[in-house]
Amino acid sequence: MAELSTADGDTTGNGDTTGRPADTDGSSGTGDTVIATRALTKRYRGGQLAVDGLDLAVPAGSVFGFLGPNGSGKTTTIRMLMGLIEPTSGTARVLGRPMPRATRTVLPHVGALIEGPALYGFLSGRDNLLRYDSADPSADPRTRRTRVATALDRVGLTAAAGKKAKAYSLGMKQRLGLAAALLQPRKLLVLDEPTNGLDPQGMREIRALVRELASDGTTVFLSSHLLDEIEQVCTHAAVMAQGRLITQGPVAELAAGARSRLVVTTPDPGEAARVLKEQGLSDVVVAEDRVSADPPDRDLAEVNAALVTAGVRVRGFGIERASLEDAFVALTGEGFDVAG
Amino acid sequence: MSRAEAAEPSAAQAAPERAAAGRTPSPLWTLGLLGNELRTTLRRWRTIALLGVLAAVPVLVGIAVKIETSDGSSAGGGGGEGPAFIAQITNNGLFLVFTALAATLPFFLPMAVGVIAGDAIAGEANAGTLRYLLVAPAGRTRLLITKYATTLAFCVIATLVVATSALVVGALLFPLGELTTISGTRISFGEGLGRALLIALIVAASLIGVAALGLFVSTLTNSGIAAMATTVGLLITVQILDQIPQLHAIQPYIFSHYWLSFADLMRDPVYWDDLIRNLELQALYAAVFGAAAWARFTAKDITA
Repeated sequence: MAELSTADGDTTGNGDTTGRPADTDGSSGTGDTVIATRALTKRYRGGQLAVDGLDLAVPAGSVFGFLGPNGSGKTTTIRMLMGLIEPTSGTARVLGRPMPRATRTVLPHVGALIEGPALYGFLSGRDNLLRYDSADPSADPRTRRTRVATALDRVGLTAAAGKKAKAYSLGMKQRLGLAAALLQPRKLLVLDEPTNGLDPQGMREIRALVRELASDGTTVFLSSHLLDEIEQVCTHAAVMAQGRLITQGPVAELAAGARSRLVVTTPDPGEAARVLKEQGLSDVVVAEDRVSADPPDRDLAEVNAALVTAGVRVRGFGIERASLEDAFVALTGEGFDVAG
Repeated sequence: MSRAEAAEPSAAQAAPERAAAGRTPSPLWTLGLLGNELRTTLRRWRTIALLGVLAAVPVLVGIAVKIETSDGSSAGGGGGEGPAFIAQITNNGLFLVFTALAATLPFFLPMAVGVIAGDAIAGEANAGTLRYLLVAPAGRTRLLITKYATTLAFCVIATLVVATSALVVGALLFPLGELTTISGTRISFGEGLGRALLIALIVAASLIGVAALGLFVSTLTNSGIAAMATTVGLLITVQILDQIPQLHAIQPYIFSHYWLSFADLMRDPVYWDDLIRNLELQALYAAVFGAAAWARFTAKDITA
């Protein structure tokens, strides 16, 4: 995660593959924004507001993590981006073209896995892919079998290609769904919870695949509820809660947005807390042998010296970086799996 | 920001077009979906079972007639009225084709078509495969036309299965030869075969309306079973309505009203009036429900 170390709270650029500052204001006219939405809103017939004024900007070449609790509007957003659902208001542009109007020209360049795989159980894995490929009018029938074989190989399903899809395990179905997204060279991959149902080994393989695709220049839009997954593979992220966009930007900045903590490990927690307060540190919290506080602006060495001078025995002393999860909780003010 | 969008459309739009030019899709590639759809439909166990049932009807009718007439009495002579032409089967096996089509047209054939048409969109929605077909992107209009074309192909296949099965059973159990038309004139066996084929095609065409109706119902729901049940239910309702004398004012607009007019092809000369009315009515149903299905499907939010 080289990006993490380059983060600097004030600048917007983080030196990713675009080499351009990431637009966080949703400028949709520029060629290096792969997905751009303006005030995208979806109200379902029941009156429920699923997505509310979403301004999303996904820079080209990024691995973009799309985060949010269940029911926060992620899937509705993805369906609008893919032209499956008509927005109530606002616009969505994918690869520079308006959706859902330009589905015909845009979608051949987009591979998608939406809300898990859906397969024809009575067809073999290979025949499932042949069917999805023939649905694309811009797919060359002469190269169809080779492309299907390549996609199957890429997700490690070659051996099971002849088996009926209904006999597949959830992980195999997930792989087959991914293979369908990889039938053509794509400019954009939209992956909704791609590691669902996979074992840890499978998850690692998918993450490696995502990194490999991203290094080829494919933009990957990855929705997930697994924060560490986003932190491991994504360069950028957006957080949604209750249909609204809470924040978006480079992952490093988002994590930096949450406060890091000064943590002192000591057998004398009471004394340590007193000294830290004397030193002017705020929000001092004692938990067994750990005392944590908001880090001060001045040199930490002075704080440490003060502790030692006061006779506090210090086992550990340092700044704990905020994880994306801390950032998330700080932003949404709630646990991650709470339904919105 | 919208100013910026307007100012730079060429840069933004160039990207997809460049790549599309690299692939140069042929207009013929669009037919790949139809070919695949036909193959997929015919590989479904359900389709094979439906065709099997349809093929069994002429076998049952043929054997029943053979057993009943083995003592020398004429078929349908027991007082009960059987399907059209049943009395003539013992004289000429070719009549089993007409009898079998007359027996299956009121219910078995349209039910089979209703199952296929009802499942067309709703079944894909139910399985979740619809969203993947649409992001492929199959195109909503293209997918709908493909589904309708496949359903119509099934109408022809199903009718030909009945006719072929009847011809084989008729040839095995009964004599073949010259045949007498309803008008009393005699025509050669060759011409009789020609008329049988024509009748089969007219019967297949009679199913165009049900197919369009089923497709429309299929766009209304995400449950394949519900769409199939609704279509078959409508079929039964409509057939009952067509039997109630007090409703004679609306009966000419019921899609099944002129179905049995195919028998007029066995007159000499052929009596075309009802045949043409039947085809006009089927075209009307196809236009109305086809348009309704299109309007519904192209504007629908795909949430399944």
